Amino acid sequence: MKLLTISGSPHIHGGHSVKKLMRGVIVAMMPALLVSFYYFGLSAFIVTMVSVFACMFFEWFIQKFIMKVPTSITDGSAMVTGILLAFNVPSNLPIWIILIGALVSIGIGKMTYGGLGKNPFNPALVGRVFLLISFPVQMTTWPKSGLPFSTLSFDGLTGPTPLGILKGGLSQGETVNQVMSNVDMPRYADLLYGQMGGSLGEVSAIALIIGGLFLIFRKVITWHIPVAFIGTSFIFASILHMVNPELYVDPFFHLITGGLMLGAFFMATDLVTSPMSKTGQLVFGVGCGLLTILIRVWGAYPEGVSFAILLMNATTPLINNAFKPKQFGKAIKLKA
Amino acid sequence: MKTFTLGGIHPKGNKLSAQAPIEIFPIPEKVYIMVTQHLGAPSTVIVNKGDRVKVGTLVAKADAFICANVHSSVSGIVEKIDEINDASGYRKSTIIIKVENDEWEENIDRSTNLNRECKLNSKEIVQRIKDSGIVGLGGATFPTHVKYMVPEGKKADFLIINGVECEPYLTSDHAIMLEKAEEIMIGIEILMKALGSKKAMIGIEKNKPDAIKKMQEIASKYNKIEIYPLKVKYPQGAEKQLIKALTGREVPSGKLPIEVGCVVNNIGTALAVYEAVQKNKPLIERVVTVSGKSVKKPSNLRVRIGTPCQLLIDHAGGIPEDTGKIISGGPMMGKALRSPEMPVTKGTSGILLMTEKESKREASSMCIRCAKCVNACPMGLEPYLLQMYVESLRFEDAENHKIMDCIECGSCQYTCPANRELLDYIRVGKSKVGAMMRSRTRK
Amino acid sequence: MITLILYSLLALSLIGLISAVILYFVSQKFKVIEDPKIDEITELLPAANCGGCGYAGCRNFAEAIVRQGNLDNIHCPVGGNSLVKLIAPILGIEAQESEPQVAVIRCNGSKENAPSKAIYDSVQTCSFAHALFAGENGCPNGCLGCGDCVVSCKFDAMYMDETTGLPVIITDNCVACGACVKACPRNIIELRNKGKKDRRIYVDCINKEKGAVALKNCTVTCIGCGKCVKVCPFDAITLINNLAYIDDEKCKLCRKCAPVCPTGAIIEIGFPPRKENVETASNEEKA
Repeated sequence: MKLLTISGSPHIHGGHSVKKLMRGVIVAMMPALLVSFYYFGLSAFIVTMVSVFACMFFEWFIQKFIMKVPTSITDGSAMVTGILLAFNVPSNLPIWIILIGALVSIGIGKMTYGGLGKNPFNPALVGRVFLLISFPVQMTTWPKSGLPFSTLSFDGLTGPTPLGILKGGLSQGETVNQVMSNVDMPRYADLLYGQMGGSLGEVSAIALIIGGLFLIFRKVITWHIPVAFIGTSFIFASILHMVNPELYVDPFFHLITGGLMLGAFFMATDLVTSPMSKTGQLVFGVGCGLLTILIRVWGAYPEGVSFAILLMNATTPLINNAFKPKQFGKAIKLKA
Repeated sequence: MKTFTLGGIHPKGNKLSAQAPIEIFPIPEKVYIMVTQHLGAPSTVIVNKGDRVKVGTLVAKADAFICANVHSSVSGIVEKIDEINDASGYRKSTIIIKVENDEWEENIDRSTNLNRECKLNSKEIVQRIKDSGIVGLGGATFPTHVKYMVPEGKKADFLIINGVECEPYLTSDHAIMLEKAEEIMIGIEILMKALGSKKAMIGIEKNKPDAIKKMQEIASKYNKIEIYPLKVKYPQGAEKQLIKALTGREVPSGKLPIEVGCVVNNIGTALAVYEAVQKNKPLIERVVTVSGKSVKKPSNLRVRIGTPCQLLIDHAGGIPEDTGKIISGGPMMGKALRSPEMPVTKGTSGILLMTEKESKREASSMCIRCAKCVNACPMGLEPYLLQMYVESLRFEDAENHKIMDCIECGSCQYTCPANRELLDYIRVGKSKVGAMMRSRTRK
Repeated sequence: MITLILYSLLALSLIGLISAVILYFVSQKFKVIEDPKIDEITELLPAANCGGCGYAGCRNFAEAIVRQGNLDNIHCPVGGNSLVKLIAPILGIEAQESEPQVAVIRCNGSKENAPSKAIYDSVQTCSFAHALFAGENGCPNGCLGCGDCVVSCKFDAMYMDETTGLPVIITDNCVACGACVKACPRNIIELRNKGKKDRRIYVDCINKEKGAVALKNCTVTCIGCGKCVKVCPFDAITLINNLAYIDDEKCKLCRKCAPVCPTGAIIEIGFPPRKENVETASNEEKA
């Protein structure tokens, strides 16, 4: 007989692995990715591929030659970051900018802290915000959507996002109703399906909701963050809308435009950078929702999801400290 | 259907021996009776080399408060009193008896007829339990009589009987419930009399429908005993979780179940109590499950204590070639054995053989903070945090985060996608923090 | 323009002046009077904060010395005698020499001498392995080989030998701080006198099991036969619980015990290779 193995209990494992979790996330992102291919055509495909491969390359390169540790690109986390980064940029972004974004995401957002599990901020969002601040023009020039299977060239038709139209209109003193009747403004049904200008992955709310439900169903994420995020945004926006419907757009518009669905299901729920306890996750989601609407309504940028999530990422350690999971035996109930 | 609220996991049941009836295992040629088979202080050996013993003869006596008597499980001659390797490989004092015939002590009633009437009073029952060396047969081997010495001012409202058997593979309690339901009920009645409690609750997970049906049938003949089918969830068989599931009461941190008016015993213990009180038979045998995916004939065996595990495995078809691990107990909380030579003790609920492939752990990687361990922890702790504190030797912080509340169920490590050795570290921390707390009280 | 510069200059100087005055008074008010000797001694200490002296750090050690006023029962293992010579004049006392020490590992259960009988597959920490089981080779007292001692060493004086699976002490780096002694859950490591010319003799085993049992697990275990006790002319060797122990205060390094050990459990370090005739070798040693 061979030598017996001795180890501490438990002797069986549930079979979960980082790889499987990441695979789940990638599968969940597929509907939104396919929708983006449908609306933005070949350019969306190119952007995604460049972003994914750049992220994987940088992760491999940094681990192999700078950190000199065993590489972990097979776990799929770099691929997730790559797709998320692609989801957050316009489909007509020049390739060199994507490469810079990938380098910042992986290099600064992830590897400087020691790799997967140690980064305080969502790497894809670090990359996106870096690009947004560094290349504001390229990052806010969205190709006009609504031309299925089009192969837009980089100087093709461009158009602003619905939130951009709103912000621009309001800043010129128009009322919400006037802005909404603008010719550029897409209809609600179009917004739901994704027929609007915007970053690659954020356009179709329905595809994102399908992906998000898949994640919750597969138990990769729990419902707490998305529900708190979306719920808070909705409630906050409805209060504002009720106070002054002339100035503040109705809450449904907030939910289905911009990156709110993408943020709520895929970025705020990032395992590494979100709080551990369920109450903590609820607080995190509420914070994300409040900040998003605050930035959208009163901030300089028309969109606030990425900033909101990054800011809340910074508070995650505090939330982890303040909101502990419910401990067994704290509350003594004596019935009988 | 009831269950506990916090955490929990759903490992695959793998109850391979569920349909196997209890077989009486033949008496071996030699038995190795360990002197310490329980939790607590070691007992004192009272026989000498060359002494003739019968089945049921007291061979080691309990001196301390948390301690249990040990009886000979066979008749024969004490060959020697030596030290042999226990499960972990440390040498422990053992009485080795060479078997001759099968002579029993005269006062033991070996008939199988039921005897429902118990004439003893509460004190006498507890004394009988103590004399018979009964310990918790679920695996923790805590001396049973200690639980029945209810401290002043406390009252045991409920007697809770654990028929959950939430560990995968193990089926010994299941088999007992199917075959000895009547005896168990009488045992419970006796235990209730000893406690003076008003109700007994038996928790059985619903993956054992035949046992639930059988027990409900029998229980209808008895007053104040109720069967509660429970949702399948690990670790429902843990004392605190079972109390929560059945009564909704939560045992406070660092306290015993009696604090919330409950006493918990295993199904097997109830049976042993029946035999001790009504038949005067000390704890000399128990039902052991021999199982594993590679085992030819998974079985439930009624074994004399002290029989080498090797014989049991041989009976179940021998050790397969690709065995990588032999576990005493279940796969979640059992102990890996160094060799199959070690004898069956009072706490051996099962012998589990795992193939080489199953027994290797995956390499661990960095924590990705997925919070799966936090969600799985039935005690509401943060295993990832405790692990980090222990790794960086921050034992005070670990103590403040209630590391001592950990029941070592292993749910955290089971769910960890990064294959981190959470429970290993937490165990290190618990022993360090425990030593710290002891030295503090000494000052 | 000029006035602007002037005004700002004036304003800044004024702020600076006021701050300086406040700072002065505050520092006067909250002044901590401390014995200057503490700083002086701290300067001399190795600043490794190893805790080998029993205090949390070097500064705590200095404070303790100054509070005590002498060097009795207080010793910095890192600095050793040379440090004592430096500190003594500050305290105004005479320096006393103490024997330099070094850590020794009293287990030779290498992979060859004590082959594995099981595979350990848990966290690589001795304290956990010790609580879990007897060890891969089955010896309940021997080295577990997970390297808690190596991790605890702050002076790069230890490493794990991959071929033997045992830790090795680099004598030149070892300062006898005792961190490894505390780290080992099985008390295998001991601080022993460094010995003349770095020569040491010790029993390389701490197994208290009976000889026959111990030999099952390891070929170089002390079996407690007592031959070394009989042969020792200085009564330096004691035999307790099947285990011989050489008292390094009494041992005169005569080398008589090592050759009689049937298992080779007694180890000699730093000696020239032994000649054919044992007698002559020990004669030379005396000369």
